[in-house]
Amino acid sequence: MSQPPLPTPVLEPQEPPRGLGTFRAGERLQGLFFIAPALVVLGIFLVYPAYYTVRLAFYQGDFLYRFSNFLGLDNFKELLTDDPSFLDLSSFPPSGALVNNFRWVIFYIALSLAFGLGLAVLAVRVRYERVVKSIIFVPMAISATAVGLIWLFVYSPDLDNGILNAVIHGVDHGFDPIAWVGRPSTVNYALIFAYVWASTGFVMVVLSAAIKGIPTEIIEASRVDGAGEWAIFRRIMVPMLSLPIAVVTVWLFINVIKVFDIIYVMTGGGPGTSSRVIAYTMYKETFENGRGGYGAAVAVLMLLLVLPVMVLNVRRFRSERVTT
Amino acid sequence: MATLEHAVPFKPLTVTERLLRFVTRTPVHIGLIGISIVWLVPTLGLGVTSFRPRDDIAASGWWHALTHWNWTTKNYSSVIHSAGMGHAFLNSVYITVPATVLPLTLGALAAFGFAWIRFPFRDTLFLAIVALMVIPIQTSLVPLLRLFKDWGHLNNGFVGIWLAHTAFGLPLAVFLLRNFFITLPKDLIEAARMDGASNLSIFRRIVVPLSVPALASFAIFQFLWVWNDLLMALIFISDPSKRPMTVQITYLLSTYGQEYNLLSAAAFLLMCLPLVVFFSLQRYFVQGLLAGSVKS
Repeated sequence: MSQPPLPTPVLEPQEPPRGLGTFRAGERLQGLFFIAPALVVLGIFLVYPAYYTVRLAFYQGDFLYRFSNFLGLDNFKELLTDDPSFLDLSSFPPSGALVNNFRWVIFYIALSLAFGLGLAVLAVRVRYERVVKSIIFVPMAISATAVGLIWLFVYSPDLDNGILNAVIHGVDHGFDPIAWVGRPSTVNYALIFAYVWASTGFVMVVLSAAIKGIPTEIIEASRVDGAGEWAIFRRIMVPMLSLPIAVVTVWLFINVIKVFDIIYVMTGGGPGTSSRVIAYTMYKETFENGRGGYGAAVAVLMLLLVLPVMVLNVRRFRSERVTT
Repeated sequence: MATLEHAVPFKPLTVTERLLRFVTRTPVHIGLIGISIVWLVPTLGLGVTSFRPRDDIAASGWWHALTHWNWTTKNYSSVIHSAGMGHAFLNSVYITVPATVLPLTLGALAAFGFAWIRFPFRDTLFLAIVALMVIPIQTSLVPLLRLFKDWGHLNNGFVGIWLAHTAFGLPLAVFLLRNFFITLPKDLIEAARMDGASNLSIFRRIVVPLSVPALASFAIFQFLWVWNDLLMALIFISDPSKRPMTVQITYLLSTYGQEYNLLSAAAFLLMCLPLVVFFSLQRYFVQGLLAGSVKS
């Protein structure tokens, strides 16, 4: 799980360089010379494709993903009202890829933050801090493909392989091993936990650095005043960490909207369609069912979900530039 | 700090400070060690399994191998030779190296332009790149596949996936590097300009040598991202002989489902290079993580 971070733009409190001599005539061209290659690549391989996909979402699309058979909003209509594998509100609890992804947003973000913050706060108090941090951080370097295999093994219903079932069985001998990823009721949570395992290191490292940035005088002073450890955590650390926590939450959110690899490896969206998420539906419809337009509609939905983050990033970047 | 006023009132100590410290610290130790074990055991299990003979794996859990030593490297030789993981390892290298160097180079050039040269619409363009950072890959897969096919089947070789990864890495590269470049001493660059140095030579002789940590942290991210990527490789590598390890493993998983001896060894091969990079360059990796998220 080594998705590179998408750091929210927090600018160093420094003015962008200004007044570097005069605006020489050649300078415009030189600036262009430096940024042009990047702009060309971004334009052709990122911006144009996004436009193409948005347009394709309004067509049926053929097997070559050309714009054929204009449908208007029909793809979106079908996706949200007539595709039980994507969104099924008829039963309770509601199900489908969108609902699963919502589950991912809630539990993945909450658990990653809880573990990451807890570890960051506790680890600074012990001498073996570095060892703990390395152990928690290592899964960051592991591919989601390998994370998937590692956890398939942990969750195996075979008592001679799956350590989770073996441990529970060791405690309670009457326990029947559970196929954690083979049952619709447990599969999503099993997947989420595996991914939390892979992401907690990131949360921990960022928050731990922020904690070390809190002036020790503040904490010492409140200790002298008789504040308990919980009060220090609750009333000093958490408020002072609100910015890094927000940044980490945004990163986790973007990550969870795009989650795909681990599901492809561990369950293939199954059993049935019970562990599908948005990105998996996009892949399945586009590349396995050959429904380019429908898959494009799913991709557009993903784009809409991350759009607020995009706006937030740009806004924050601009306001920091003005105020600093 | 206003928060201090809400602090819990002072409680007198009723036991010796040492005992209190021990009692309060014990749950901390238990919690930390417990979580560390939960985080360590899954990887350990896979690692141990990859060194166990096939019959042992079927007969007993991997934890038995910790007390009954019977280790073999046969799993590794079979995945490398007969299951194609050796070849896939090389493919992963062929994919990853250009897909790291290209965005690093283009990104550094652009970042220098944004940081130290003035030109019209500079800030607007930079904001546009900031906005591009969050675009999901899914919006590009189909159009890129089409483009690559139209342009002479780039997806049959490695060129397509290089370009796709470059486009996806670039916004982060430009963002991270530009934010680092603007912190370089202004006097240094102005002095070089005074001496008549061209922008290109300022970039090559001053900015790049001073920015090694930032360049390294982006390179590590991009390397790990590309090496570990499954989705883009699934779509942009159409020739089975060019599959990287991630794709080869999913192929093995669907073919050998329960053969944990092979699967665990394959997963470990996939993990080994990132772990080496990670442990040797951890400092840069963490610096890069923090660069975008916490003010230093």
